[in-house]
Amino acid sequence: MILNGSEILVKVLLEQGVDTVFGYPGGTVLNIYDALYKNSDKIKNYLTAHEQGAAHAADGYARATGKVGVVIATSGPGATNLVTGIATAYMDSVPMVAITGNVASHLIGCDSFQEVYITGITMPITKHNFVVRKVEDLADTLRDAFRIASSGRPGPVLVDIPKDITAESTTYIPAPPVEKTITKKIVGNVEEVAELINRAERPFIYFGGGVKLSEASDELLELIRRADIPASHTLMAAGVIDYREENNLGLLGMHGRYSANCAANRADVMIAIGTRFSDRVALNTQKFGHNAKIIHIDIDPGEINKNVIADYSIVGDVETVLQELLKYVKPNEHKAWKAKIAEWKKDDFAPEPCETELKPYYIIEKTCNTVGEDAIYSTDVGQHQMWAAQFLHHTKPKNFLTSGGLGTMGYGYGAAIGAQVACPDRKVVHFTSDGSLHMNLNELCTAVSYKLPVITVIFNNTVLGMVHQWQGVFYGQRYSASEPNRATDYVKVAEAFGAKGFRCSTPAEFDKAIEDAVKCDGPVWIECVIDKDEKVLPMIPAGKTVHDTIFK
Amino acid sequence: MKKQCMVLFVENNAGVLTRVSSLFMQRGFNIDSLTVSSTENPKISRITIVTTGDEKNFHQIMKQTDKLVESKMIFSVEPSFSLIQELLLVKFSTVGADIEALKKLIKDFGANAVDITSGCLIAELAASPDVVDDFLEAVHDFKMIEMCRSGAIAMERGDVAYDL
Repeated sequence: MILNGSEILVKVLLEQGVDTVFGYPGGTVLNIYDALYKNSDKIKNYLTAHEQGAAHAADGYARATGKVGVVIATSGPGATNLVTGIATAYMDSVPMVAITGNVASHLIGCDSFQEVYITGITMPITKHNFVVRKVEDLADTLRDAFRIASSGRPGPVLVDIPKDITAESTTYIPAPPVEKTITKKIVGNVEEVAELINRAERPFIYFGGGVKLSEASDELLELIRRADIPASHTLMAAGVIDYREENNLGLLGMHGRYSANCAANRADVMIAIGTRFSDRVALNTQKFGHNAKIIHIDIDPGEINKNVIADYSIVGDVETVLQELLKYVKPNEHKAWKAKIAEWKKDDFAPEPCETELKPYYIIEKTCNTVGEDAIYSTDVGQHQMWAAQFLHHTKPKNFLTSGGLGTMGYGYGAAIGAQVACPDRKVVHFTSDGSLHMNLNELCTAVSYKLPVITVIFNNTVLGMVHQWQGVFYGQRYSASEPNRATDYVKVAEAFGAKGFRCSTPAEFDKAIEDAVKCDGPVWIECVIDKDEKVLPMIPAGKTVHDTIFK
Repeated sequence: MKKQCMVLFVENNAGVLTRVSSLFMQRGFNIDSLTVSSTENPKISRITIVTTGDEKNFHQIMKQTDKLVESKMIFSVEPSFSLIQELLLVKFSTVGADIEALKKLIKDFGANAVDITSGCLIAELAASPDVVDDFLEAVHDFKMIEMCRSGAIAMERGDVAYDL
């Protein structure tokens, strides 16, 4: 079958089972959008306000479903607008294929209109990227992009296609969808590690997003239960184990639970699974888990001994490794160790109820109880993100979408749009703040256009909360550039975009707003007025240990 | 901190060198020298990198580099089982110089006088980095006009097969 490049692109997307793309048209992708127009019954393009929103939407779509998210942008500014979205996906190992147009081959290198060297720009923030030089290479290059994005440790892949390639014709040979390669190979001594776990008196599991990506929740739960091991999760692994599970100690790290950080500190064997000892967890790489023999299980050999030196390592797909490990791990009980942890739990931060003022804890708790367990949550970045991580009822692995690695303010609305598109029958809640929302609030128009009933809960404390908190604690209350005091009327903005807006400053007002919001069939903003001195607690300062925890 | 050498086989694609050097910059690794060449297989290029760092750093470099999609294979070069060679070109002024002494040094080091043109002599030396250093030290008293020196290339001794 002779097809032009744009038609081949659509065919390959269909081969891969893609029925949804996020993107924005422009000069160099006109041919592609023409082919999409002709195939609009098979692939739906969601037009965002800005390419960054489209990239975050593709990311949110991927995180909520486990499928590869696809974003399309034109050359030049269209491509550079993707950069933050691609970097966000890269840092959190999200499978994504970004397709950019470029100027025609004969114009490349001539500083042509809307020309940019996007493969150079995205080299350090993609798992791999391609420039398609010949139309004959297009189909296989796109297939490679899908395979690379989803295989091993997932990540974004960019394919840059000059405009002439999208118009030239060649023979299209259909192919089956690419399979993500799941490596069954394990490098490491599983029996020896199992023996260490069996002998441990104070074992501790520290698990991360790799467990989610490997879909190994069941195996992890079996390990936690069978060997009776207290376990704590990173930001990326919220929901991998149900928050009600007895041995789930909750969030670890800078704003993690005190008891979880104490357990990490006192453990004699620490099993780190699908995680990378980031500086938000291993705040002091010399002292983190220093009483423990550290076992590190991860698919990426580059993570072993990168930040913290492991005593034992197993490189392999987490699910495969855990299945193997479970062959040798014996049933066990750790009553004394858990009793010790129970003592630390008495010092865990517990927010106090308040009937007159709106408190972050209350907003999150009430939202959870109103929207139900099946809801998907996205966040932006800062205090509200940490409160969401701490207080949400995390029950499922793919229900919490947050920019953990890059920490992208402005991620949440695009991600919520992507998740709502992927899961039209589920509730999607976007937690944000007055700071983060202003970064990408333009995407409200997208949610309105497509009637996406995303509920946005805005924690409005009038300041850039996390910056403000650090300045209060570490910079002598010199609140430099962190008190913008915006005059934005969120209700009016929502209404101006064609959405619904609520404003609340008491628990009773919030109760009514959130209950009304779940009944709306389009997007809703709920502004929640909270005190500017609300803090995320507890907190371990960067580079410090659990002994330096700030409690108030 | 010590110098270490690694050999990387990569797909011979446009931009692969940029990818490798960008990765080094991104992760803060040093490159003392980097040499790319074609191989007996036209689809494969061979990159030899000399870097300075501690053992942990070196392992990190190897693992991160090996993650590149176009990387086929990487190994560290064990100097006792390998040849590590550089190429030196150095130009001396022969005006008023003791040419015979210079030529003797060139001969003693296994170097060659490859060009003599209008009062200048160009010597060429292919040798291990240490020998190249020693040679430059030995010719210190002669009037050097310019020099250039390639990065190292390395090859393991004996019957070694790479499964690429």
